[in-house]
Amino acid sequence: MANDPLYETIIGLEVHAQMLTRSKIFCGCSTTFGAEANTQICPVCAAFPGVLPVLNRELVQMAIKTGLAVHGTIRERSEFARKNYFYPDLPAGYQISQFELPIIERGELTLDLESGEKKRIGITRIHMEVDAGKSLHEGIQGASWIDLNRTGTPLLEIVSEPDLRSSREAGAYLKKLRSILRYLQVCDGNMEEGSFRCDANVSVRRRGDTRLGTRTELKNLNSIRNVMRAIDFEADRQIDLLESGGTIVQETRLWDANLNTSRSMRGKEEAHDYRYFPEPDLPPLVITRERIDAVARQLPELPDAKAIRFSRELGLSEYDAGVLTSSREMASFFEETVQQGAHPKTAANWITVELLGRLNREGLEIEQSAVTPRRLGRLIGLIQSGDISGKIAKQVFELMFETEADPERIVAERGLKQVSDTGAIEAAVDKVLAENPTQVQQYREGKTKVAGFLVGQVMKATRGKANPAAVNAILQAKLSG
Amino acid sequence: MDPTQITLVQAHAMLRSRQISARELTTAFLERIARINPIINAFITVDGEGAMAAARMADERLAQGTATPMTGIPVGVKDLFCTQHLTTTCGSKMLARFRPPYESTVTRKLKEAGAVILGKTNMDEFAMGSSNETSWFGPVRNPWDIRRIPGGSSGGSAAALAARLALATIGSDTGGSIRQPAALTGTTGLKPTYGRISRFGMIAFASSLDQAGPMAWSAADAAMVLQVIAGHDAMDSTSIRDDVPDYSAHLSTRMEGLRIGIPAEYHPESLNPEIGQALDEAGRVFGALGATLVPVSLPHTRHAIPTYYIIAPAEASSNLARFDGVRFGHRCQDPVDLKDMYTRTRSEGFGAEVKRRIMLGTYVLSSGYYDAYYRKAQKVRRLIADDFHQAFQKVDLLLTPTTPGTAFPLGEKIDDPVAMYLSDLFTINVNLAGLPGISIPCGSDSQGLPIGMQLIAPILKEAPLLSAAHAFQTATSWHQRKPEL
Ligand SMILES: [Zn+2]
Repeated sequence: MANDPLYETIIGLEVHAQMLTRSKIFCGCSTTFGAEANTQICPVCAAFPGVLPVLNRELVQMAIKTGLAVHGTIRERSEFARKNYFYPDLPAGYQISQFELPIIERGELTLDLESGEKKRIGITRIHMEVDAGKSLHEGIQGASWIDLNRTGTPLLEIVSEPDLRSSREAGAYLKKLRSILRYLQVCDGNMEEGSFRCDANVSVRRRGDTRLGTRTELKNLNSIRNVMRAIDFEADRQIDLLESGGTIVQETRLWDANLNTSRSMRGKEEAHDYRYFPEPDLPPLVITRERIDAVARQLPELPDAKAIRFSRELGLSEYDAGVLTSSREMASFFEETVQQGAHPKTAANWITVELLGRLNREGLEIEQSAVTPRRLGRLIGLIQSGDISGKIAKQVFELMFETEADPERIVAERGLKQVSDTGAIEAAVDKVLAENPTQVQQYREGKTKVAGFLVGQVMKATRGKANPAAVNAILQAKLSG
Repeated sequence: MDPTQITLVQAHAMLRSRQISARELTTAFLERIARINPIINAFITVDGEGAMAAARMADERLAQGTATPMTGIPVGVKDLFCTQHLTTTCGSKMLARFRPPYESTVTRKLKEAGAVILGKTNMDEFAMGSSNETSWFGPVRNPWDIRRIPGGSSGGSAAALAARLALATIGSDTGGSIRQPAALTGTTGLKPTYGRISRFGMIAFASSLDQAGPMAWSAADAAMVLQVIAGHDAMDSTSIRDDVPDYSAHLSTRMEGLRIGIPAEYHPESLNPEIGQALDEAGRVFGALGATLVPVSLPHTRHAIPTYYIIAPAEASSNLARFDGVRFGHRCQDPVDLKDMYTRTRSEGFGAEVKRRIMLGTYVLSSGYYDAYYRKAQKVRRLIADDFHQAFQKVDLLLTPTTPGTAFPLGEKIDDPVAMYLSDLFTINVNLAGLPGISIPCGSDSQGLPIGMQLIAPILKEAPLLSAAHAFQTATSWHQRKPEL
């Protein structure tokens, strides 16, 4: 169990993130997803005899960016290696990867745990490698189709230290990592489409033990939820096994999300011998200090730094700052709203409560919001200028969401503009006082609470458009006069 | 005058002065190939139609004055350079009907210069062999004695030249595959610095050692071919960026002040004494031309063969994994499942020597053996390169025999791989160190078979290397000897 009193769960994650380069890692073919099978390939993709790989420079930039974002060390000299195995969707019979000398080593990522604590998770290494094609077994008897479109898509493999101690931490790690990659615009982070994939290494040990237990590797985890469920299942399975006197076998297990269980895919003795050796077709990759510095200067503000700025400079709570920096889209929505003149705290409130509430109900992401940051900013502006009340603003917001119209237009068309004209308010107050002599009497006898009722009546009479502050002042004056 | 009996330099002069047309020259070579190739099997594919079309275009260029020194020159190309739409077999059943949809950089450059590609020359299967007996298309015979091998793996390119079936040929050299057959056929063969010529479109044997190079009648002819095919290529990340010098302009007949090193380790007891004598005589020629001979030592020489036979098969085992029957090349009939398809496709498509090297390479890369073999071999490789570097502190060039013996009879070593591997004793080090080396004729044995000597230069010193070979060939006539056919 994730919080078993006797056992501790040790988790390390290997993430494969597809990089958003325009062309493939070693040739000029497009990386667009979803094209007709085998239309985005060339002799390099299909590993024809005599062709050679030429490294995509854009990928190296993306790898450096990622390395800097997780505070990793970028090697001055890294090396490609061949990982040899036979499979029909691996045309060359080897995958070009990095083995002994990866481009990035020793990074880290900070998690904000639900307890409010921060936890640092080590990143062992990040290396570049090439994705394989796809084998399709449907619609054909006694054979398979091969689609090589994905062959040559660049990947970063990001390997964490075994620093994670629960499925929740694993989930938080994946969300944080995905958010960073999206901030950097190097990966779209889509787990369903496979552009952000994760394998988990899981072991358990009795609390207090310093040695690591035998680990198993979990594969086929196509959502963060599945990663967490599979880890919990695996930890329970291992603990049960140990408790009943059994031993853990080092193996690779395949998660079945439908059955909520995992099964053994291959044991240690069936493990491939990949016969890694340095790729002779590519010279070692040399990255100069100047190049790293140039990339560092172009690095966007990342979530941790942004959250600190939001709370220190804009006065947001740590919680709001965390929510508003959880994705690049969320942060830029907030920042654009504020640029319209909205007070940061008010903007934060509107986004985290009204907007996210509505989006959640509709099952939408923030970038799909019908209310744009520009319009939300102007809506808040109308409140700040006293043109509408907060209460009316909520009505306007709902209408904006449905009609995608500007707030000013909705307010004008529906006559929702707040009445601050004291003459009009005075008339309304006089009318209410005349219609409610009993309450006036009660007030004058000291039951000042009835003022609230009278204010309500005035608001009702003005259909909510009267400026509540003005109503209050005039009413007070008349009652005490 | 028989236009097949002239040199490339002479042919170029005749083409330019319109004493002969490219069509006449090409026709003469095609006719000679038709007559002689059935005897020596130097060409796997003869592209008469393509050659004549290229010759017509060459004549137009010659008429328009846009010709290069290679325009209209009939050449043969080893059958591991991919030629678009023209069958490229690599000497293997695996690729017996393979027509590449792309052009190798070497053949593209030749075509752009206006050269006439007569066809594709025979070779050991996947360039693995030293006798040209491992070719799926049958052995090549040595024009000097058709019962003997021409050397390998560029045996077809060497034999075609010796038999005057082309004015120049292109070979490739991984452990001596240009120089060894050049020596055994009395021709001139240059292996340039690793990376001087693009490997793009050249079917890989051992990627860190493979290098294309010209084979010709003389160093002066070889210089003209090298000029066209050398240079950086964006398609090959291991190709060298340095500018290509004018090799022909650097040719000299004088050698004053040149220091030539004679490595002690290259005169073992196993060396054929006639070759030893020929080398001594060559040394005297160099001395007479003004060069100084200096004894040097390359102490790690004896580790070359074991080092090579770890690194080259390791890379080959990986390079040849793509021949799996899925996308191109041979596929077995009616496979029952994936494993059956892999196993039978590769069992049927590859010959014995290729399989032997795939197994060797797979073994040395296996987990538990990698450190003992591959990693150690890489270290020794650096020591071997350091030996040369040290020697070149004292001398400008090195002079060695090219081979320990002259052309041996067909079948003599084919069942004894170790004896076969020892044929490359003097050439392999040069590949391991990435250096340029040239083999030129320097004598003949008691049976009249050619003897070759090797000159080795520092990285990118092809110009002085060719110049020294040219000076020797100006002073001697060994390179002009022709076999009777
Ligand atoms: Zn491609």
